[in-house]
Amino acid sequence: MENGKENFKLKILIVDDESGMRDGAARCLKSLSFKETDFPEKISFEIFLAETGEAALKEIKEKSPDIVLLDYKLPDMNGLEVLQNCDSTRFLTIVITAFASLEVAITATRRGAFDFLAKPFSPDELREAVKKAVKNIFMSRKVRQLQEEKSRIRFEFVSILAHELKSPLAAIEGYLRLIDERVKGEQMASYDAMVKRSMERIISMRKLINDILDLTRLESGKKKRIIEELDLGEISLYVYEGLALKAAEKKLKFELNYPEKFKFAADKEEMEMLFSNLLSNAVKYNKQGGEIKLTIEKKDEFVSISCSDTGIGISKEEQQRLFGEFVRIKNEYTRNIEGSGLGLSIIKKIAAIYNGEVKVESTYNVGSVFSVKLKELYLSAKSAAPVNRLEVL
Amino acid sequence: MNEKKIRVLVAEDDSDLMEQLDLYLSRAGYEVLKAYTQEEAEKIIAEKDFEAAVLDLMMENPDSGFVLSHKIKKTFPKKPVIIITSVTKETGFYFDKQQDKNNWIKADTIIQKELRFEQLEKELKRLLGR
Repeated sequence: MENGKENFKLKILIVDDESGMRDGAARCLKSLSFKETDFPEKISFEIFLAETGEAALKEIKEKSPDIVLLDYKLPDMNGLEVLQNCDSTRFLTIVITAFASLEVAITATRRGAFDFLAKPFSPDELREAVKKAVKNIFMSRKVRQLQEEKSRIRFEFVSILAHELKSPLAAIEGYLRLIDERVKGEQMASYDAMVKRSMERIISMRKLINDILDLTRLESGKKKRIIEELDLGEISLYVYEGLALKAAEKKLKFELNYPEKFKFAADKEEMEMLFSNLLSNAVKYNKQGGEIKLTIEKKDEFVSISCSDTGIGISKEEQQRLFGEFVRIKNEYTRNIEGSGLGLSIIKKIAAIYNGEVKVESTYNVGSVFSVKLKELYLSAKSAAPVNRLEVL
Repeated sequence: MNEKKIRVLVAEDDSDLMEQLDLYLSRAGYEVLKAYTQEEAEKIIAEKDFEAAVLDLMMENPDSGFVLSHKIKKTFPKKPVIIITSVTKETGFYFDKQQDKNNWIKADTIIQKELRFEQLEKELKRLLGR
C-alpha cells in the first residue's frame, strides 16, 4: 500500500469444516462496509476458504492472508495446531470456537490469536470482530508507512549533509595538494590566497556543523527552553556587534528602528539564533556601502521583526525554493558567499515554535525584506512571576 | 611547439575547485572555458568551440552534469566528457559506467570528487587520444 488513494485490499481466509459456516461467513463479509470516516481508503476483501487444517496451512503459505477466521475444531487438527505450524505473526487470527473455555483462550492468545468468536455468533458479531482486525491492520500499516517516510527523510538529509561537508573538504584538499606540489614555485607568499581560502572553507564548515546542531536541537524538542522577559532590541544590537567586523568591511550602515521598548517572553538562545541568522544574511548578501534596517514592533501579543537589506535580492522563482533545507541560491553574485543553506530553515523553525511565520519580499538587484512574526510563549509567566524564569520541557 | 591550445569546458559551481582545476589544467597546457552554473555551461555549449568537457554533477540542479553531457553528446558524440561527482555509494546513488543499467549516462568517464588532478589529466589525455 504505497498510495493513500489506492484500495486497501485485504485477504481473508475462512477455515471451517462446515460448509454452511464457511459460506455464511463469506457472504456476511462481502456485505461488510466501512464508514469513510474510519478509513480514508476503500476497503475490499478477497476471500479464501479452507475445510481442514492441512488445507488452511496450504492456503496460508500460498495466499498469505491478512486475517484468518479459524475454527478451533477441525477434522485433522485443532486451530492451535494450525497456528503452531505456520508463521502466525504474519496475519491476525480470529479463533472461532464452540467450547469457549478459558484455557483455549489463553493458549490461543499465547500463540498469537487476535480475537475470539464463540459459536453460535450473529453476523453482526462476526462483522464487528473483522472490523476490529481491519482497523488494527490499517493502523499498523500506517505506522509503518510513517516510520519508513521518516527514515527516508532522515536518509535524504544525511546524504545532502554529507555532500555539503565533502565539498569544502575537496576544496581544502585540492589546495593542499597544489601547495604540496609547489605549483606556484618556492615562494610561500604565492600560496597566501590558497591558505586564506582554505581557512574560509574550514570556518564555513564549522558554521554548517553548528547550524545542523541548532536545527536538530530545535526539531527534536529536547532543548531545555527557558522563557524569560527579553528586550529584543538589546539582543539584536548584541548580535549585530558580532557581525560588525564583516559589516565594516562592506561599509554597511545599520539602523535599528525600535520605537517602543517592550519585553517579550521567549527563550534567549532562540532569539539570538533568529537575529543572528537574519542579520548575517543581511550583511552577507548586501552590496558594498549598503544599508540594513531592522524594525522591531509589538502588536498585541505578537512581535513583528523586519530586516531589510540593499543587497542582491532574490528573483521570484528563487524565492519559491528559498526556505528549503540546504537550499543556496546560486548565481554570479552568490558564488563567493559562504553559507550552510540552513539559516532560513532555522528562522522558519523558530517562527513555528513561536506560532508565527516568515515572509520574504524581494526585488532582484535591489534588496530583500525578511519579516518574522512571533507570538509570545507562555504569557502567563509574566503575571505569575515573582520569579521571572519559567522552565518548559 | 606553437600548436594551438586544447580548449576544455569546465563546469563547476564551487569557486575553489574551479580555481584549482583552472590552475592545474592551464599548467598542463589546456585553455579552460569556465562555467559556474549549468546555465553558463549551456551557453558555452551553444556558442563556443571546445574539444572536451569536465562537468560537475551537482550544480544548481542535482543532475546538471548529466543534462550537460547529454547536450554535448547529442551534437558532438565523439567529444570527450568527464563527469566529476562527490555522490557516492554510501548516499545510495552511485553511478558506475561499467554497469549496463547505467548506459543512459552519456559521459565517457565518471570520476569521484576526491580526484587527483593527475588522474583527471591522464583521463583527459586518454580520451583525447594524445
